[in-house]
Amino acid sequence: MRRAPPQSYPGINLGQDHASADKFAEVVTFGFWVFLMSDLVYFGLMFAIYITMIDAQAGGPGPHDLFDLKSIFAQTIILLTSSLTVGLAMLALKYNLPRVRIVFWFGVTLILGLTFLVLEIRDFMAMADKGGVPQRSGFLSAYYGLVPLHGLHVAAGCLWLIVLGIQLRIMGLTDLLMSRVVRLALFWHFLDLIWIGIITIVYFGGLSYG
Amino acid sequence: MDRRTEMHRRERRRYVIGYGGSLLLTLIVFSIAHLFGIETRDVYLAIGLLGLAQLIVQLVYFLHIDRRRSSREDLDLILFSTLVLLIIILGTVWILGNLAIRMHIHPM
Repeated sequence: MRRAPPQSYPGINLGQDHASADKFAEVVTFGFWVFLMSDLVYFGLMFAIYITMIDAQAGGPGPHDLFDLKSIFAQTIILLTSSLTVGLAMLALKYNLPRVRIVFWFGVTLILGLTFLVLEIRDFMAMADKGGVPQRSGFLSAYYGLVPLHGLHVAAGCLWLIVLGIQLRIMGLTDLLMSRVVRLALFWHFLDLIWIGIITIVYFGGLSYG
Repeated sequence: MDRRTEMHRRERRRYVIGYGGSLLLTLIVFSIAHLFGIETRDVYLAIGLLGLAQLIVQLVYFLHIDRRRSSREDLDLILFSTLVLLIIILGTVWILGNLAIRMHIHPM
């Protein structure tokens, strides 16, 4: 088996077919990676607050009353699948497949991202109906500080996808645009990593210790 | 079949393997939670370890982070951020947990 070509930044590299875009993407992608890691520290702080707040329910509704594992399972699968489709979109871009394929996979990613957000907002509304509002207890404040922060990131990712779609129509596949797409894919994968932390610590951890 | 199509297939397979692995781990985690309940500490430990495994699968197959020389800088950055994160999280949990015990608020 032939050795894989060297990687110059995380995620799918654009490679020799897009040599100039690849060179352009190398530096900015490392910078973006630094941003993601500082974002990770921000999320980490919210996780730390959540863990310390898990018992601070002040007699309000707790994890067992509020969390709906079926919906969380659906959200997990949707987000995971969107991580795959964003990767397939990147591959379509890298290997110069017809533009229809590229737009198709990015479109699927956008739809999955929006579906995820709809399900998450439905969950929040169901929780609010049961009295689970942020001001009810320290536990709920910490929950609403963390999970919607991730949702906000997903919403930003969706907006970013739409903007890139418009730019693709106007500018065409320039080096600049391709390096932006590389970063978007990286951002999307990062959000899936955070989501693993959320299901493990917020949902299962909450149900286990709350 | 020329070289590029082969490379494309290989990279796509890598993605599908990562997806399959993550999907499998997710299904195992949720079925454990469904079958055994999440109340006991051992079950939660298993769930936590499976979550960690899924993080690693996604880092390797989706973000292409591994110990190859070319991606080592990124790995360094991840490891350093993780170190900072662990100090923050474990430190917070330790100090506040200890405080809670000493103040007799509730057992942590």
